[in-house]
Amino acid sequence: MNGKRMGVATLRMARPPRVRAWAAVGGKKERDGPLGAQFDAVFPDPLCGEQTWEQAEVHLQKTAVALAANKCRLPVSALDLMLAGDLLGQCVASSYAARGTRVPYLGLYGACATMAESLAVGACLIDGGFAQRVCAAASSHFCTAERQYRFPLAYGGQRTPTAQRTATAAGACILTAAADDRAPVRLTHVCFGRVCDLGVTDANNMGAAMAPAAYDTLRTLLSDTGTRPEDYDGIFTGDLGATGTRLLCELFARDNIDLRAVHADCGGLLFDSGQDVHAGGSGCGCAASVLCAHLLPQLADGRLRRIILAATGALMSPTSVQQGESIPAVCHAVVLESGEKR
Amino acid sequence: MDVTPQEYAQLVRAQSEPSPLGRDMAWAFAVGGAICALGQAILEFWKAAGLGASDAATAASMTLIALAALLTGLHLYEKLAKYAGAGTLVPITGFSNAVAAPALEFKSEGLILGTAAKMFTIAGPVLVYGIGASVVYGLVLAALGA
Repeated sequence: MNGKRMGVATLRMARPPRVRAWAAVGGKKERDGPLGAQFDAVFPDPLCGEQTWEQAEVHLQKTAVALAANKCRLPVSALDLMLAGDLLGQCVASSYAARGTRVPYLGLYGACATMAESLAVGACLIDGGFAQRVCAAASSHFCTAERQYRFPLAYGGQRTPTAQRTATAAGACILTAAADDRAPVRLTHVCFGRVCDLGVTDANNMGAAMAPAAYDTLRTLLSDTGTRPEDYDGIFTGDLGATGTRLLCELFARDNIDLRAVHADCGGLLFDSGQDVHAGGSGCGCAASVLCAHLLPQLADGRLRRIILAATGALMSPTSVQQGESIPAVCHAVVLESGEKR
Repeated sequence: MDVTPQEYAQLVRAQSEPSPLGRDMAWAFAVGGAICALGQAILEFWKAAGLGASDAATAASMTLIALAALLTGLHLYEKLAKYAGAGTLVPITGFSNAVAAPALEFKSEGLILGTAAKMFTIAGPVLVYGIGASVVYGLVLAALGA
């Protein structure tokens, strides 16, 4: 056993990889939200000038990757590896975005946890010495997700208050090796989550399905590293929404841990309550864009010193839900730190 | 601390905001009623235009279906349905919307495998069980009538 594993499931980076550059892109509703001004690019046209919703999502992801690479003055072709994922069947948005880049590519699926998953896998590969420059990216699009998981856009239906809105957004990070002293953020720990299922079957209440996974991974990470919530400037879950956030805080309250002071949810940060998004935002692009638009800039300039990004994903498919299966969920966490050294 | 699925189900019930049933029902009643009143006005219009009672009823249904399909194409039907719920779902306009919406949405997969094949993904069950029930009803009626 090497010395990189701590406790049950946390991996400590021996030479913490850096986050050198990042970019977030979004759609109109994301632009109109509280973080609107922090996006690198926004597309008011939901088709992004393309013919189909799927092509539009590819466009979002390609733009995010290109902008992030451009910020480190690298051509995309200079990357060692692309790690990307999305919500579409067979992960096509990411695969089509990687088409033509001539960069080795791994498509990842972790539903809305994909951004943390791609960062975590990328960090491990860099710390292991297998890559020097890795792009970690994720995207989602409201219109592609609606037609795949729910109803056609023009269908007249009602959503429950616990339902969430898939973000039309993408985020991309360029990870580099520890020696890169121009990179302003370090990734120090990774915790890959276990699949948790407490029997929630309501596909309109993903927050409830995912909260146990967030609780499990965060509890593991805190216990493995011997830290407490107050040791972090923020613990950001990906896409639990309002319902899932209440449930996560309730689960921690049973352990006599008050998470509320440091916790925020990406689904709650991306939209405000007046935007008619019910319980909040969701989708791979939600955590990805909130990380790249809102959190990484604050880590870079020191407003945040150390945070946990714990992105959660509901791992069902339309088929599994129709067959009456309950919804399994997973949460992957990464610890991000500001600055050169600690 | 570990939570059992039963304990968690209770917790989820307590923490999940319920649908605002009173407001939803008031909307459904008002909009559903308004669509029916509109249907009656259209029926009277066709009667005044000289159609017999049976033809006027058919023409009124066709008019409502056409109007709903038009509003679906203009992305207005779903905006009303967001508030009206069952008020826009139950009348014949809801059926029209349920056929027109997938027909439009899946146009990107082509006119055959997209529009035509996916057109009845939502309304299909209503057709299958509606026609099935009417066949059974017809058989029962024939048996009793004979």
